[in-house]
Amino acid sequence: MSLFVVLMAAIFVNNFIFCQFLGLCPFLGVSKKVETAAGMGIAVIFVIALASAATWLVYNFILVPLELNYLYNIAFILIIATLVQFVEMFIKKSSPSLYQALGVYLPLITTNCAVLGVAVTNMESGYDFITSIVNGVGGAVGFALAIILFAGVRERIEKCAIPKPFQGFPIALISAGLMSIAFLGFSGML
Amino acid sequence: MNPIKILKNGIIDENPTFVQVIGMCPTLAVTSSAINGVGMGLSTAAVLACSNFVISLIRKIIPDSVRIPCYIVVIASFVTIVQMLLQGFVPALNDSLGVYIPLIVVNCIILARAEAFAGKNGPVASLFDGIGMGLGFTLALTLLGTVREFLGSGSVFGITILPETCNTILMILPPGAFFTLAFLMVIVNLVKNRKQEVGK
Repeated sequence: MSLFVVLMAAIFVNNFIFCQFLGLCPFLGVSKKVETAAGMGIAVIFVIALASAATWLVYNFILVPLELNYLYNIAFILIIATLVQFVEMFIKKSSPSLYQALGVYLPLITTNCAVLGVAVTNMESGYDFITSIVNGVGGAVGFALAIILFAGVRERIEKCAIPKPFQGFPIALISAGLMSIAFLGFSGML
Repeated sequence: MNPIKILKNGIIDENPTFVQVIGMCPTLAVTSSAINGVGMGLSTAAVLACSNFVISLIRKIIPDSVRIPCYIVVIASFVTIVQMLLQGFVPALNDSLGVYIPLIVVNCIILARAEAFAGKNGPVASLFDGIGMGLGFTLALTLLGTVREFLGSGSVFGITILPETCNTILMILPPGAFFTLAFLMVIVNLVKNRKQEVGK
């Protein structure tokens, strides 16, 4: 399978949010404003790229040779948690302005199931190193796209008169459902 | 606190799905049929009850600054055990839940309960809290799964009720998950508003 197909499939056809339901907590939680949504999206792309590389290396060079495959879940979540911590410390030292922009979102990403989801999917599909990273980055770009679009929709909804029982989550979920229908259109693309 | 109150708190008053709105990913992803909802709900409940119990037991040994990684390791161990049990005894369910079983680790409900309840209360109370929250989650997932299966495939728990021509395939596709949850929440809100009005 060519890398381009993997990339496109990850961004549009298997979109994290609308097809696989990964990373819904930040999707619903930090999508009230386009700016914060963009910050979250970029932070997720960054962490997922590093996490898919790190988990691939650990799985193939440590867990498989030692026949500890069944420990993958514990290993992956620890790698992700440590990685997020390191990234946070590194950004804090090297680029305070970037830290200002991403800082709040980084700790949240540890429990973003998209990161662990990508690691597990890469492992189960048996992707090689490059394909794993491309798949991860593609998925994360799809996530960023979805959360930014959704934040735009929500900013508009704020200004509308909504029946009381629909306020808050229900109307957000209905908008997400409609966007999901739009994304179904991509399923015939590849 | 008495156990029954803790159970009721988890199932109704602070229902993880409808009231706290956490743990959305598995809620929406696996509920295309009622049986998947039950399977996912019970697996999560088992992990939640066990991890709450263990975390509560060791809560005085763990230093405060590294408690989150410790919690995660405990939770991940139980998830691995549950996954092995499912693979061994109900392989069909394991296949249909797929990647969402390992993802129980990052289900916010479990970490949230460890942080909010098990880290502060005794083992028995924590066990009941885990069971209550787990059952509340199972209830929500089963409800969602039943509605979607009925509208989408015209059956309930695999028993066909409506003829195929009445099926709305959209309901078992991803958008259906969003819509069903939205309308169930609307109903919950309506009931809550009515109760408040009666209370006045």
